[in-house]
Amino acid sequence: MLQLSNLLKASFKSIMKNRMRSLLTSLGIIIGVGAVIVMVGIGSGSQKRIAQEISSMGSNMIVVFPSFSQRGGVSRGAGSFNRLTMDDADAIREEATLVEHVSAIVMSAGQVIGNGNNWNTSIQGVDPDYLNIRMWNIASGEFFSDRDIRSRKKVAVLGVTVVENIFGDLDPIGQKIRIRNTPFRVIGVLEEKGQDARGQDQDDIILAPSTTVQSRLTGERYINMINVSAVSLESISRAQEEVTAILRRQHKIDYGQENDFMVANQTAITEMASETSRIMTTLLGAVAAVSLVVGGIGIMNIMLVSVTERTREIGIRMSVGARGRDILTQFLLESVVLSISGGLIGILLSIGIAFILNTWTDIHVAIGTGIVLLSFTFAGTIGIFFGFYPARKAAGLNPIDALRYE
Amino acid sequence: MKPVISIKEITKIYHVGEIQVHALRGVDLAVQSGEFLSIMGASGSGKSTLMNVIGCLDVPTSGSYHLDDIDVSSLSRDAYADIRNEKIGFVFQGFNLLPRTSALENVELPLFYDRRHRIKNPQHAAREALERVGLADRMHHVPSQLSGGQQQRVAIARALVNQPSILLADEPTGNLDSRTSIEVMSVFQELNGQGITVLLVTHEEDISQYTKRIVYMRDGHILRDQKIEKPVSARQDLEKKMEEADAAAL
Ligand SMILES: Nc1ncnc2c1ncn2[C@@H]1O[C@H](COP(=O)(O)OP(=O)(O)O)[C@@H](O)[C@H]1O
Ligand SMILES: [Mg+2]
Repeated sequence: MLQLSNLLKASFKSIMKNRMRSLLTSLGIIIGVGAVIVMVGIGSGSQKRIAQEISSMGSNMIVVFPSFSQRGGVSRGAGSFNRLTMDDADAIREEATLVEHVSAIVMSAGQVIGNGNNWNTSIQGVDPDYLNIRMWNIASGEFFSDRDIRSRKKVAVLGVTVVENIFGDLDPIGQKIRIRNTPFRVIGVLEEKGQDARGQDQDDIILAPSTTVQSRLTGERYINMINVSAVSLESISRAQEEVTAILRRQHKIDYGQENDFMVANQTAITEMASETSRIMTTLLGAVAAVSLVVGGIGIMNIMLVSVTERTREIGIRMSVGARGRDILTQFLLESVVLSISGGLIGILLSIGIAFILNTWTDIHVAIGTGIVLLSFTFAGTIGIFFGFYPARKAAGLNPIDALRYE
Repeated sequence: MKPVISIKEITKIYHVGEIQVHALRGVDLAVQSGEFLSIMGASGSGKSTLMNVIGCLDVPTSGSYHLDDIDVSSLSRDAYADIRNEKIGFVFQGFNLLPRTSALENVELPLFYDRRHRIKNPQHAAREALERVGLADRMHHVPSQLSGGQQQRVAIARALVNQPSILLADEPTGNLDSRTSIEVMSVFQELNGQGITVLLVTHEEDISQYTKRIVYMRDGHILRDQKIEKPVSARQDLEKKMEEADAAAL
């Protein structure tokens, strides 16, 4: 065989002489590699974010929410859907031994007016324990107390987004706001929390005593949720059982009948979310991998066309002394060079796309070295695999037949 | 003296579907070093087939072929390629240059496959070959920027660059006008004058008059083999033509 460096030079020359054809050949690989890396990057980016959320949320958290149930096969009507009450929260607080913090959650939303501005946001009625459960802190001012709960005091703690939109740079502590025409006094501002995994702004919120929100804003007996934290990570499942038993008794559910509420722990919920995103990653990766294979077939097509188109060139090379193997190596090298450079451009492209998405959108792309190496190797392999057949076809030609080819 | 080419009882049969085409029906030919031979004959008489066998581009069905005392008929595919590289320079009717490739690179092509590094400085050798055919000033032109006669001279330079034992040309003037044909023939005469053995195929009587020996073929046989005592000088013909043109212009 001839010197590899010489053959490589010949391959480069031929690629450069057919720039357009070379670019089109590589395009499949460029797009394929770029797509695989970006897709998988998006998937692992969202997985990372979910993991962050777990740690920021407190892994001891247990959530109780109402669920639709049928007793004795007969639905008890729409009114029975939301059956959690303040009493349920109090019962857990008093009786459960494996539970540290309990907070009723009453959800409302509406317009807030203050300082001559207005803003639409969500208002959550919670108990003083709420910040402990969510591992959240007060940035300035103070949070409301048990006494405020009992006296249904009209005080509010604002998220930073609400502060920005109503008070701007003004210190909101001590200021008056009106929530759906009820006056509240601002007593504190929450620490900034940023976005959650779904891109929701967690700072666009007002917290107020649960009893105040219930009596002034929702006016309903039922509450939306109860958040609970277990005394330790290990006792979560036993705490869940305990809470379930207390609520079954509270709701007078007979033995053998279904619960009309659900008790879930945060880990289970996030596991579910990360499982979903893992499946998404795999799916996206698979779709992108298909495009990579299609790119490979594109290379084979162009190489086949190229062999046919260049049959005369092959004949000329053979007539001046090229052996079959020289022709094989030249064509194989051409397709490998094309797919490898296509792979490199694809990697650069994906880095560019990741940069753009990370800078200007909410999508977080985390590019891993593993997937870069994998898709690059794959591109090279595709070059050899799909280049071999046309290359062998070229090498097997009879010189005089190749020269006579029209 | 041993002949450069020694062919005995060569046959070539092509199979086209059910039909057998006897292109060569037992050809004997011996060519000495330094000869300038033309093969004449009607279309389909087997000239190209014989040329391709001599040029190791095609394998005969039967018969023996010795080139430079090497028994070519027993060689492998790769050895055939090496023979083409080291001992043969082939010039085609249709030039067969690589498109979008400079004259210099085209001429260098055989040296790319010079496995034994017989030629030490490929670039220099390619330049020299282009100078020999009078194209030193067109080295960096690509084929589309060259006239037919110039392209054929690039092809001749390519055939020369590996210092072959024989120069083969299959209807080298077939695509050229009569004046350019004479120019190309003068190049061949000059090279032959420097001692290179030249074989060329033509069906034009005028062209064969520039060679030293004419072999007539018909139906895959050699019909007649004739020595030319005083070949016409292509250079003189060219000068005569130029004078005539000048006279006509006045
Ligand atoms: N590749 C081929 N397949 C089949 N028949 C061929 C082939 N090449 C040449 N022939 C036949 O062989 C005969 C001799 O052809 P060729 O040597 O090309 O003649 P010439 O060059 O004298 O015109 C013709 O009858 C031609 O049809
Ligand atoms: Mg012919």
